[in-house]
Amino acid sequence: MIEPLTRTDDRLRGSSIIAAVKSAGINIVLSVPDIWTSKGLLFPIADDEELRLIRVCKEDEAVGISAGLFFCGQRAISLVQSTGLLDSLNAMRAMGLQYKQPICMLVGLLGKEPDVAPRDSKNVGVSIIEPVLDAMGITHHLVDSEADIPKIRPAIDAAYEKPEPLILLIGRRPDAS
Amino acid sequence: MMKRDECFEILARHVTEDDIVVAIYSSAFDWITIRQSPLNYIFTGAMGLGSSHALGLALGRPDRRVIVLDGDGSLLMNLGSLVTVASVAPPNLYHFVSVNGTYEANGGHPIPGQSVVDFKGIANSAGYPNCFEFSDLRQFENEVASVLGQTGPVFAALEVEQGKQSVLDYKIMHGAKTREEFQAALNAK
Repeated sequence: MIEPLTRTDDRLRGSSIIAAVKSAGINIVLSVPDIWTSKGLLFPIADDEELRLIRVCKEDEAVGISAGLFFCGQRAISLVQSTGLLDSLNAMRAMGLQYKQPICMLVGLLGKEPDVAPRDSKNVGVSIIEPVLDAMGITHHLVDSEADIPKIRPAIDAAYEKPEPLILLIGRRPDAS
Repeated sequence: MMKRDECFEILARHVTEDDIVVAIYSSAFDWITIRQSPLNYIFTGAMGLGSSHALGLALGRPDRRVIVLDGDGSLLMNLGSLVTVASVAPPNLYHFVSVNGTYEANGGHPIPGQSVVDFKGIANSAGYPNCFEFSDLRQFENEVASVLGQTGPVFAALEVEQGKQSVLDYKIMHGAKTREEFQAALNAK
């Protein structure tokens, strides 16, 4: 699960992430706002007529809602900050790991430095995320540039096929383009 | 004081074979003793998330009623979900909360605000358009059909105490077979 950074591409378009998510059959987004992804993802998602945005009060609500939707054959993804992911870990433990539900999240790594691997960040709120996910056995991928966009759809499809939870870590602020 | 199992026995007469019932912990064990159905969703995993699971189900299957049998301690862990549910306003979601003032599944310790918290008032303030509370079994029996006839989201606080002790079979609650049977029943029609 360790993915060392090997490039210095500094662009990440919100529209690319949204298109990839939609191509994976996602039609519902559950979110608590995150300043890291606010401009590039949440505002465009709120305006996207093909996506239904449900604003939740706390991130673990999104885990329960996603599970209910999964049983109904609908695909959803949560858009939260890394702090919200940490707050949701018991729900992920239960629904994602114990019950093997495809709980999928886009997680903003607020404060990750450019071209620094998350686990090497000086920000403890960033550096602990991948080790925590590894300890829990939760599949995760870093989305840090346009080169990472092709990972998204296969990762979501795999999460639903297995099924298992999936965390997509947004390593830099996506552009609103 | 109403007994929870007696309330559920009355409620069960009004639940159809198409309804999904999301029941959590102590309520779940009482419910599956009273009314067995593959559409009993008793696997909410993390405490407090029953209403959130129900919202997902209500959105995913707008053709069915989704009835939540929550607990007061559980709801206190996820009060924000009342705001979320009220904001989304699924017309097919019915949220019953058994108010016994204790963490029954965890030793019977009192909840914070025992005998003080006004769950109906909180739900009403959160934006639920139709809120009820019952402490008398006959009144509940007389009015439950009307409650379930309202357009959701509907909230009802049931002032109860534990009735007969149900079998606490956590293998049924957490077992994959229960989830698979629910999925098959939901997909069947």
